[in-house]
Amino acid sequence: MTMNTTGRPTAPAHADHISGDATISGSKGLLQHEPLIFETDRWAETGVDLPKTKGVKSRLGGVTRKADVQLPGLSEPEAVRHYVRLSQRNYAIDLGMFPLGSCTMKHNPRLNEKMARLPGFADIHPLQPFRSIQGAMELIKELEDWLLKLTNMHSVAMSPKAGAHGEYCGMMAIRQALIARGESETRKRVLVPASAHGTNPATAAQCGFIVDEIGADKRGRVDMDDLRSKLETTDDIAGIMLTNPNTCGLFETDIREIADLIHDAGGYFYCDGANFNAIVGRVRPGDLGIDAMHINLHKTFSTPHGGGGPGSGPTVLSEALSGFAPWPLMVVDSSHGTDLLTYADHQDDMPGSDVQPVGRLTAFQGQMGMFVRALAYIMSHGADGLKQVAEDAVLNANYIQARLKHVMTPAFDGFCMHEALFSDKFTAEGIETIDIAKSLIDEGYHPMTMYFPLVVHGAMLIEPTETESKAELDRFCDALEGIAKKAAEGDPRLKGAPYSAPMRRLDETQAARKPVLKWTAPEPDQMAAE
Amino acid sequence: MTVKYTEDHEWVKVDGDTATVGITKYAAEQLGDVVFVELPEQGRSSNKGEEMAVVESVKAASDVYAPVSGIVREANETLEGAPETVNKDPEGEGWFVTLLMSDPSELDGLMDEDAYKKFCEGL
Repeated sequence: MTMNTTGRPTAPAHADHISGDATISGSKGLLQHEPLIFETDRWAETGVDLPKTKGVKSRLGGVTRKADVQLPGLSEPEAVRHYVRLSQRNYAIDLGMFPLGSCTMKHNPRLNEKMARLPGFADIHPLQPFRSIQGAMELIKELEDWLLKLTNMHSVAMSPKAGAHGEYCGMMAIRQALIARGESETRKRVLVPASAHGTNPATAAQCGFIVDEIGADKRGRVDMDDLRSKLETTDDIAGIMLTNPNTCGLFETDIREIADLIHDAGGYFYCDGANFNAIVGRVRPGDLGIDAMHINLHKTFSTPHGGGGPGSGPTVLSEALSGFAPWPLMVVDSSHGTDLLTYADHQDDMPGSDVQPVGRLTAFQGQMGMFVRALAYIMSHGADGLKQVAEDAVLNANYIQARLKHVMTPAFDGFCMHEALFSDKFTAEGIETIDIAKSLIDEGYHPMTMYFPLVVHGAMLIEPTETESKAELDRFCDALEGIAKKAAEGDPRLKGAPYSAPMRRLDETQAARKPVLKWTAPEPDQMAAE
Repeated sequence: MTVKYTEDHEWVKVDGDTATVGITKYAAEQLGDVVFVELPEQGRSSNKGEEMAVVESVKAASDVYAPVSGIVREANETLEGAPETVNKDPEGEGWFVTLLMSDPSELDGLMDEDAYKKFCEGL
């Protein structure tokens, strides 16, 4: 037998001089070019043609379809490939670091997923008899207890389905409390600092309040002089909506005084808990004088988000607002000889109680799948582990700030909390924040939050979360450091980034001015010409 | 014709009792490409400092405040179809509204061109 000693070459030939120009198909290697599903339409080649039925009279009358349904025609493998190819374009936390500030894109532990798939949690229905889902009810109760302990608050509404929904729940509770006091018509003003989340003023407006902005001071925190003068010159304060740590990634150091001032003025204190990750286990909002705060389970407690899963925004309430929490309220039913956890939906279900709920926010009890994941996360960390979560999140953000401050401009002096904020001051004339963000795409990272918060010029807000290792943080910092140096030198190449993404830079201006939201079939004569 | 400026980067061009209002070149540059302008209806009255219009760019949405009190005489409807006019000619063709001033003495509190230039340099 003769041995084949040749084989195929296992090392690449030196082909550096051959340039990788555009391909014939438009694909880049194994990342295929993918047209719109409508553009791949070959209706005539799909499905089965059935013979016309004879002797059957249609009973549809005048509602028979007269035109084509206009769905694209694809074979099954074509349809499957279309969506899998699109999914390959998707950037996800499972693919790489997602430094989007204010979003807390942390790893979603697989243990959470395993727990959420247990049939006792995954296969139940909200309309099932409560006696058959006592385990799930107890899980919700256990999660409620943890959330109340971590926040030192009085009660919690579990049904809000996301952060802004939780804000809505809290602000409606405040409105309900004002109605109960007979002051809903006289107290209309909600103060919102410039350092608060963008959703805060929107929520206040949605609940019928007048939004009044308070400036930020030079340290990126609430301008206390502005707040004091607002409180002195107005007598219609309903409350304040503040984010802590705020959107500049800084702890509102005057928060106790802010709470006292608002309470003295007869208002309520809403705190946006989106950044709770930075203080969980370390600071209890109830100790700060807060009356209502939502907790994003999909941020602090690691449940998936950003397209990966539904949000969940349980809202904790102080004693003053506790009676206004929305239906349903969890109660113990002892009428069957044993204690059963069940939900009260109506005043009649709670004899002797003086609760005045704002109404109902959702059809059922909230995001059960997220409750399971959040509790799995809490229990796998324990009280001590959660303390370390906050510590590591803050440490990681400060590491990024420390590593990049010699090439980029930190927006404020001193240490940050869970996110590092830079301004565009270090860039050369003509280079903007967006050029840096787009260049990060070429380096394989999702860009940071940009141009927000508005109080910082050309803001770049980076939140690494506690789940990134030092090695990953270093890789990210190496990439951003390199880009920042080019930005400072005014490298014109940055203006054209991204170069290696499936799509080059999009015309956002044109997309906003003249959005094309609907695919229109090309004219028939144009099709014939092709 | 007198031109005055506010700290919120609006300009006011005065002709008799009528004031033409827009946003300054500095503001237009800071906003970037303007994609949408929401203008008040004719006849609406605004007090000085009250939110009068909204300008939206690819970066941010900002309120435009009435630099003086008055009643809206005319809104620049070309901005609705061509918001880019604000970037092309912010202090000319890109005007927002004309106001019938109710208290022209309010103009005294606004900056002149030199003062506004200095104000921007300090930002």
